[in-house]
Amino acid sequence: MIAWFGSIGRRTLDVLAAVGRSAFILLRSLFGVPRWSGVRLWITQMHVVGVLSLPIILVSALFIGMVLALQGYMILVDYGADAALGQLVALALLRELGPVVAALLFAGRAGSAITAEIGLMKATEQLSSMEMIGVDPLKRVLSPRLWAGLVSLPLLSIIFAVVAIYGGYIVGVEWLGVFSGSYWGNMQSSVQFGHDVVNGIIKSVVFGLVVTWIAVFQGYDLVPTSEGISRATTRTVVYGSLAVLGLDFVLTALMFGGA
Amino acid sequence: MTHSDLIEVSNLSFYRGGRAIFRDVSLRIPRGKISAIMGPSGTGKTTLLKLISGQLVPDTGQINVDGHNVHRLSRRALFALRRRMGMLFQSGALFSDISVYENVAFPLRVHTDLPESMIRDQVLVKLEAVGLRGARELMPAELSGGMTRRVALARAIALDPELIMYDEPFVGQDPVSKGVLVKLIKDLNSAFDTTSVLVSHDISETLSIADHVFLLSDGRVMAEGSPAELNASTDQRVRQFIHGEPDGPVPFHYPAPPFAEELLGTGGQR
Amino acid sequence: MKRTRGLEVGVGLFVVVAFLGLVFLGLKVSGLVPTSGGSTYTVTADFGDIGGLKPNSRVTMSGVTVGRVVNIDLDPKWLDGRVTMEISDTLKDKLSSDSTAAILTSGLLGEQYVGLTTGADTEMIKDGGTIRNTQQAMGLESLIQQFVSGMGGQDDSESGQ
Repeated sequence: MIAWFGSIGRRTLDVLAAVGRSAFILLRSLFGVPRWSGVRLWITQMHVVGVLSLPIILVSALFIGMVLALQGYMILVDYGADAALGQLVALALLRELGPVVAALLFAGRAGSAITAEIGLMKATEQLSSMEMIGVDPLKRVLSPRLWAGLVSLPLLSIIFAVVAIYGGYIVGVEWLGVFSGSYWGNMQSSVQFGHDVVNGIIKSVVFGLVVTWIAVFQGYDLVPTSEGISRATTRTVVYGSLAVLGLDFVLTALMFGGA
Repeated sequence: MTHSDLIEVSNLSFYRGGRAIFRDVSLRIPRGKISAIMGPSGTGKTTLLKLISGQLVPDTGQINVDGHNVHRLSRRALFALRRRMGMLFQSGALFSDISVYENVAFPLRVHTDLPESMIRDQVLVKLEAVGLRGARELMPAELSGGMTRRVALARAIALDPELIMYDEPFVGQDPVSKGVLVKLIKDLNSAFDTTSVLVSHDISETLSIADHVFLLSDGRVMAEGSPAELNASTDQRVRQFIHGEPDGPVPFHYPAPPFAEELLGTGGQR
Repeated sequence: MKRTRGLEVGVGLFVVVAFLGLVFLGLKVSGLVPTSGGSTYTVTADFGDIGGLKPNSRVTMSGVTVGRVVNIDLDPKWLDGRVTMEISDTLKDKLSSDSTAAILTSGLLGEQYVGLTTGADTEMIKDGGTIRNTQQAMGLESLIQQFVSGMGGQDDSESGQ
């Protein structure tokens, strides 16, 4: 019994210590003195984290928009409200599906890659040797990845929403025969830029920060063996996805719940 | 005041996960010489290098490098001290995303504001010293194990350090590469009057170049002296290690109950 | 260095495409057009019930979109919903002071919008002026109520419809 309590206490302490370490890492990496060479590194990471995530984002967005239009149409047409399809598709995508699905895909694609890469750099002593040369790996390795994730995910979410709305258009208007004017017209009268679009972008900035933070921390903090790397990569995807879904509820309640 | 010993380790203890890696170790590494730290695997030889370079902090005791207590220095001062140290990591630890040339240029770019033409000259001099000037455009993934270590050595000496630490430079190398590395370490030490610390358990290579050898075992310095002294040692444990005998004071068997007992099942419950 | 160049171009394209996407979300999805499409003037109208009207809802005349709702707040004196609208300059000095503004619904469940009908007065509404004749939003409940009371007796209690 005492051992059981002891193990709970130890687990709690471990978790608290990890949270503390990760917060330290986050602050040290985010607020470094920016240098010209940092921009170079950031651009490289924007490519790895952002541009290379584009294919999966584009394909998923197209299909999600198409499915959303198909399902929405089948429900709305029963009430003779198929004209509201544009509104349904756009609001669902801008407020929820765009930021959330893009963040989940991002955790799986970019997050795991970041963890594995940093983990491999740790296992091959690249981080230690950087420190020996007198370069702080937090600034040189973690910081550009964090900033790239923070900036890329909102951009990816925007692209996701646009492509998915177009996918909805293909199915709703071109295939199911909803009048094009009411698809766009209904959308325009119900979507408020300041409310729906901006809040969706704020969400994805938060998701971008949290997912990348988890990814770099898991990479930096892992046990430098091949087993350790594979475990940490899995943890990045699991924790990242859970954090996105949990935070999404909190943010939604704050943004849309009160009004 | 000048110190004849570049590195002074005094009363060092270091624990990891409740296990003592070092217990009250003291040793002095002389300037301008090649000192070797030897011992069986798992005796914390690499850990000692990390303690000297300030990447790990000892539990008790202190380490002075050129009169500076490494673990009392501010971060800035520590990085300044590290600029005077070069370290060759076991795996080479080349940055995998940049070319050989950029790897060697990396410390120069970080610590100096030299114009590109001078950086180029420096890099080519260092690469020539390790015989890999022709490989400068290759990526680290395209190098063989021995070449990787030579490039890493070129990077470690890019800033002309006063102290070079070699972490297991001979592990996993073919005989030719080993020979090349032995010659390089020796040449670098005499040419630039640097102090070298060599961590290894490759006996013949190490004894052939070291001026002074420390033998570590069970967290303590078991023996020290010149290679000749160690070769002539009558201590059983030293003899076993130096001559690579399979059994001796260091037992071949992991601690276990007597074999016969276990076979006959009379040893009680396991 | 060629690799870096291609990389920079890729990242640049990525950022540009995303910003074009944002513009698309602004213009085509949220309908942030009229501010740029020609100048407008502002008119307010007080409604007893604004129903589901929102900022950015359409303002129409004879079914043609002529403006949009920019703001909705509560008139502190009369406790009415005050709707501020931007209307295209082409209608300037063409809305008589006895014009009517009604909150209408497109279809049974569709969005709500403001419909304008002009009157006969010779005086026109100026920039910042108020439309006095208004018709509040017609909720489904009040429609049913009206229908039920209409069945009971010919009682003309409500104004308008």
